[in-house]
Amino acid sequence: MSTILLIEQILNGLQFGVMLFLMAAGLTLIFGVMGLINLAHGALYMVGAFAAASMAAWTGSFTLALIAALVAAAMFGALIELTVIRRLYKRDHLDQVLATFALILVFSEATRWVFGSFPLFLDMPDALSGTVMLPGGIEYSKYRLTIIIIGLLVALGLFLLIARTRVGMRIRAGENDREMIGALGVDISILYTMVFALGAALAGLSGALVGAIQSVEVGMGEPVLILAFVVIVIGGIGSIKGALAGAILVGLTDTLGRTLLPVLFSTFMDASAATTIGSALASMLIYILMAGVLIFKPTGLFGSA
Amino acid sequence: MCPETQDRENTMFTTLRWSALGVATAAAMSLAGVAAADGHAKLKVGLITTLTGGGAGIGADIRDGFMLAMKQGGEGIEVVVEDDQRKPDIAVQLADKMIQSEKVDILTGIIWSNLALAVVPSTTAQGKFYLSPNAGPTQLAGRGCHENYFNVAWQNDNLHEAAGAHANTAGFKNAFILAPNYPAGQDALKGFKRMYEGELAGELYTKLGQTDYAAEIAQIRASGADGIFFFLPGGMGISFLKQYADSGIDLPVVGPAFSFDQGILQAVGDAALGVQNTSQWSKDIDNATNKAFVADFAAAYGRLPSLYASQSFDTANLIISAAAKADVKDQDAFRDALRAADFNSTRGDFKFGNNQHPIQDIYVREVIKEGDIFTNKIIGTGLTDHQDVYAADCKL
Repeated sequence: MSTILLIEQILNGLQFGVMLFLMAAGLTLIFGVMGLINLAHGALYMVGAFAAASMAAWTGSFTLALIAALVAAAMFGALIELTVIRRLYKRDHLDQVLATFALILVFSEATRWVFGSFPLFLDMPDALSGTVMLPGGIEYSKYRLTIIIIGLLVALGLFLLIARTRVGMRIRAGENDREMIGALGVDISILYTMVFALGAALAGLSGALVGAIQSVEVGMGEPVLILAFVVIVIGGIGSIKGALAGAILVGLTDTLGRTLLPVLFSTFMDASAATTIGSALASMLIYILMAGVLIFKPTGLFGSA
Repeated sequence: MCPETQDRENTMFTTLRWSALGVATAAAMSLAGVAAADGHAKLKVGLITTLTGGGAGIGADIRDGFMLAMKQGGEGIEVVVEDDQRKPDIAVQLADKMIQSEKVDILTGIIWSNLALAVVPSTTAQGKFYLSPNAGPTQLAGRGCHENYFNVAWQNDNLHEAAGAHANTAGFKNAFILAPNYPAGQDALKGFKRMYEGELAGELYTKLGQTDYAAEIAQIRASGADGIFFFLPGGMGISFLKQYADSGIDLPVVGPAFSFDQGILQAVGDAALGVQNTSQWSKDIDNATNKAFVADFAAAYGRLPSLYASQSFDTANLIISAAAKADVKDQDAFRDALRAADFNSTRGDFKFGNNQHPIQDIYVREVIKEGDIFTNKIIGTGLTDHQDVYAADCKL
């Protein structure tokens, strides 16, 4: 394995991690502030991708497509918060899970009804297609590099929002003591809708960005949702910093595991058995990582006890 | 969060998984469509296929091709449709329900080999017929063949064998090959290697349902390969092709038709133009049945059929032809009628081998653009009258 390949794989892992962060950030915010387990987060990711694909097909502009994804996901997020989610804050986690699972079914069927079962076409803009030569002779996809940059910018923005602004202060206060900030006269319901819409918009952005290099189809959100849950459990539920660390850890573990494990196994067994066993183990790796983290830090890396 | 809550959270996730499964099953059942033909049904068929999630496009083609044939000639045949969500456990539950409470005579429809392996043996053991419109795992073709199991599509290895043979013709000397890690993926690479004569620059198994191939593409780039063979059906193929086109690697690609079916091509766009792939069916096979099928399918559903639709259309017509000759209650007579394969196939001549898998020509196609539509065109015949190697192990 050459150094160049290894660096390229680390970049791939980083890009995958950053995508997961966009999903996990919303999920962890919503859980941290409102104590809500939102399974419908994957549906909002799908909404983002479909909105982007439709807008791109209509106008041909990728920028407009991204804006459409953000707006549509935030809008649907706010809509379900106002109509369904709001009634769930005081309920048991199991009720929340059931209700948001129902939302997945509703969103999936509605999307199938509108767009059909066949995958939609969404392509990356010409300016970002192709590769760029990085220092050291590494040829890397421009689009993936852009995703890494966007993701890191969003992470920075979220950090500033939460650490430096009044809204962020309220979000942190909401995490610590919901009743008290209500008693201090902050309109908690508006805050909740805002946080939910923000989380939804991030999921939508992530769906649109990924949609350009993967397939835009009904049910695309659920596999990512599972990984996003793994990320927030590793990072510590409710912590943005934890979500970033967890996401990058999961991204790197998954990508490097897929590459390195078969190579590792082939040093002491024959090639085709090594491929089979290596790939099987690689697909379990992030769950092993999660179990490992939970043994030593039961509340996750940045979770508060 | 304190450790106690964390524990509760974990138990909750387990409960959640099960209740979610229950909800999903309930939803799937309520969505199940029942298409009853006029009058008294003399034959009942259960069609289990994937209608939600990543494989939903393939499932829609399987269902629509099958229902088209039933609409055209299936008087007296009743069809029950259910969604397996690409999950083996759900497929098994649905099969049991169809056999025990719906009392179907024939099961069909499953796309994925891992699901077929979970359903087919128990179906034939309960004395029902299973006709596969797609999955053809090795395990059911050789020693595990059964008199009540018919495969109307192909044995899994077939298209990949043709791709291997074509890779020799295309001048591959050092190929990089990849497929998902499930029974059909393993059959795919085995099939390719059986016919391919060059060296392998690398061999990879990916996760079933994987959507990001950056790691694999980086390995291809570093491997020094002179060509790529990949088997990635449905959404997996879309993701791979888009990412490959963007990677700046410019190596020739061959694959089975599954990686380039009609549903994939529209979502991939220009990225697949000119790629050569192998298939037992193509929309330009020149016979009256096929021409009518392509035209009727397009008229009924507003899109071009894929090879999956052609396979389920053939499966339905095989059932119709057998039902016209024999009563399904007389299993031996019905089985003989199926074996005779006395129907007009979209592939032209159709015959079964001793293990009740097809013996057929496999073509080489190229991806072209017709107007605004991306589609495939036959450019040659890869393998003539091809039969799978496992037939010799079958005692039938």
